[in-house]
Amino acid sequence: MLSVRNVVKRYGQVTVLDNVSLDIPKGKITSLIGPNGAGKSTLLSIMSRLIPKDGGEVYIEGREIGQWKSSELARKLAVLKQSNHTNLRLTVRQLVSFGRFPYSQGNLTRADEEIVDQALEYLQLDCIQDKYLHQLSGGQRQRAYIAMVVAQDTEYVLLDEPLNNLDMRHAVEIMKTLQNLVEDLQKTVVIVLHDINFASCYSDHIVAMDHGRIVNAGCTEEIICGDVLGPLYDMDFRIEEINNNRICIYY
Amino acid sequence: MSDRKKLLILCVIAIALAVLMLSLGLNSFILRYALSRRIPRLAAILLTGCAIAASTVVFQTITHNRILTPSIMGLDSLYLFVQTATVFVLGSQSQIMTNAVLNFVASGGLMIGATLLLFRFLLRGDEGANLFQLLLVGVIMGTLFSSGASFMQMVIDPNEFQAVQNRMFASFNNVQINVLIPAAVILVLTLIYIFRQAQILDVLALGREHAVNLGIPYDRVTAKLLAAVSLLVAASTALVGPVTFLGLLIANLAREMLRGYEHRLLLPTAALMGIIALVGGQLVAEHLFNLSAPISVIINFIGGIYFISLLLRARTAD
Amino acid sequence: MQQLSRNRFVSPTTAGTADFARLGVLVSLLLIPHASSLGKMVIVFAFAILGAFLFLSILQGMKMKDAIFVPLIGLMLGSVIDAVTTLIAYRFDLVQSISTWLMGNFAMVTQGRYELLYMVIPLVVIAFFWADKFTIAGMGKDHAINLGLNYDLVMYVGLSIVSGITAVVVASVGRIPFLGLIIPNIIALRKGDHLRSSFVSTGLFGAVFLLAADIIGRVVIAPYEIPIGLTVGVTGSIVFLYLLLGRGKQ
Repeated sequence: MLSVRNVVKRYGQVTVLDNVSLDIPKGKITSLIGPNGAGKSTLLSIMSRLIPKDGGEVYIEGREIGQWKSSELARKLAVLKQSNHTNLRLTVRQLVSFGRFPYSQGNLTRADEEIVDQALEYLQLDCIQDKYLHQLSGGQRQRAYIAMVVAQDTEYVLLDEPLNNLDMRHAVEIMKTLQNLVEDLQKTVVIVLHDINFASCYSDHIVAMDHGRIVNAGCTEEIICGDVLGPLYDMDFRIEEINNNRICIYY
Repeated sequence: MSDRKKLLILCVIAIALAVLMLSLGLNSFILRYALSRRIPRLAAILLTGCAIAASTVVFQTITHNRILTPSIMGLDSLYLFVQTATVFVLGSQSQIMTNAVLNFVASGGLMIGATLLLFRFLLRGDEGANLFQLLLVGVIMGTLFSSGASFMQMVIDPNEFQAVQNRMFASFNNVQINVLIPAAVILVLTLIYIFRQAQILDVLALGREHAVNLGIPYDRVTAKLLAAVSLLVAASTALVGPVTFLGLLIANLAREMLRGYEHRLLLPTAALMGIIALVGGQLVAEHLFNLSAPISVIINFIGGIYFISLLLRARTAD
Repeated sequence: MQQLSRNRFVSPTTAGTADFARLGVLVSLLLIPHASSLGKMVIVFAFAILGAFLFLSILQGMKMKDAIFVPLIGLMLGSVIDAVTTLIAYRFDLVQSISTWLMGNFAMVTQGRYELLYMVIPLVVIAFFWADKFTIAGMGKDHAINLGLNYDLVMYVGLSIVSGITAVVVASVGRIPFLGLIIPNIIALRKGDHLRSSFVSTGLFGAVFLLAADIIGRVVIAPYEIPIGLTVGVTGSIVFLYLLLGRGKQ
């Protein structure tokens, strides 16, 4: 179980997260949505111990995050943020293999190699696995980083706007991959998304944030409706149901 | 040519040069005497070469910056300051200047003490190691010490200056056993520690966020590695004088030469290059210049030109 | 210099200019030991500019993969020249003299000996008007080209200005620590990297700081004068440490 209790985060005088409490349902895809500056990325970073909090607690499987040893936590929870630029000369496979570090400390076993193979296949990177990162397009690079997270094989997967830089086909495939991870492997996925429609089509649970607070949380049907989204984004929304999915039209 | 092959070739060259250094101009009469001088010299070179290579590679990985070397932390400025101040205040005939062991303990101890102070002072914040601040403070302290040293050098009696000049440049010519042994112990232990962190260093190179995600206690590991770097620099500088000049050249050459990124290969490659440079430099200094030129001069000259020509020749990346 | 090489740990001397200046000092001490200071200064300046051109032509000859190579080449070139200088200085026992000559010292500034410094003014003015171009270059080649800039030209001009100023200052006054490395960093911590906005602050801070250090140096052991290099070194350390650490976390 991943729970957040009364988390506070300040940068100088600005309160970025204001007493945020949240329970992330297990075995589901939860999306964090909201306008820019709502605090979604900050919350994700705090939940994954990337940055410290100024107040409150985060519980992962009953233990407060500060009590977890980082290397242990790395086998339970994986996080991928937005900025993924490196000038290291790494091939795709080498990068993805790093995902096994929490388990093998760099000494890959045969089992590790198989997991890496699977991750590469999952993300359709097997044919370019020996290319260097800087030779790839932005989208391919992004998929490589996601493959690394998949190879890390953790129960909780936290992603911050992973669909940036991806073309439509690949964006859809990533979301389908995440669904597979949840359905087949019972993982719990928390994902910050900008695109409302992706959130609508693929999440089970949606959390809406604004100005450092959670303004609404619930299943997709509850959140994806004009009364909730309108005030949240300060825009007009028309919601249509197509193929059992709620599609938002706001263009 | 694969990276492993390159490593092997470097190994062969290093061994060849070492043997050459030991055996050049030997005959049975002076065998024992010559060896008693040459073996400590070679040992000092081996240790220092490895130490500087390792410390610079690790430092560059941690700071993600290829033009930095541990010298930015101000340690060799501190060393020179201590030496100059001793000559200035106590004279060139004082115990600290003439007794090698005393000098080693005093300057080494001060350097290590200064680094610990620096770390303790800067790492107590709860946002963790602010690396950038640490470096800036190191630069400031380094400049402080070298200003002070320059001023004293200006004012020192020209006769006394000789004693200072001897310390301004690294020298392997007068390595004494009773200093070499403690230095060797410190250096070898630290080098082993660093080599065992090779894979963690690979992950650190990915950046803080990825390192944390993959379960590395980033702040703690960085602090420990920096401490190891300082230890290596302090011990080798106290042993032979300001020797960090070598680091920038060696670390960059090693990175350019290797195709891969693994520290498991990078560290030994850099170490071997350091050894080759130092042994080669020592041979040139002894036999071409009759010891009238400091080894740093030779290495910087040849190495610098080689490096620039390397970059000029490289047309495209990979 | 820091903007162009996209690295905060670089100072103008990382273009190798100061090391060429040092060679110039050596040459002038060897060849014209009895010439006036102005004469020596001109030679030092000439060597520094020569060094700058050598540095720039090496950069031209390289396919610049990364801005990191700017200071790297500068450092390497500097160390090569430094090696040559030290070698010769060692032979002629001039190591102490060179070090003395290069120590930042305003005591030698009298009429007829400092006019070279005026050359700095047009260079600084050009730098100010090109400040935005340097910032854009600092964002990377892609952004520069997108905004219509001739990236190579901007680098060339920028580095020339940097070398020119360094050459003039080192030749006239000697080496003064901190100004190039620390002051821009301190200002950037507060005002960010937008060069045009922080240009005047950076310049003024440097000038005021140097002035204060000079006054201290002349007052503390009056009527003698502590060389500016030392006063800057000591007071600078105290001031900057306080600024860095006293204000706490950023």
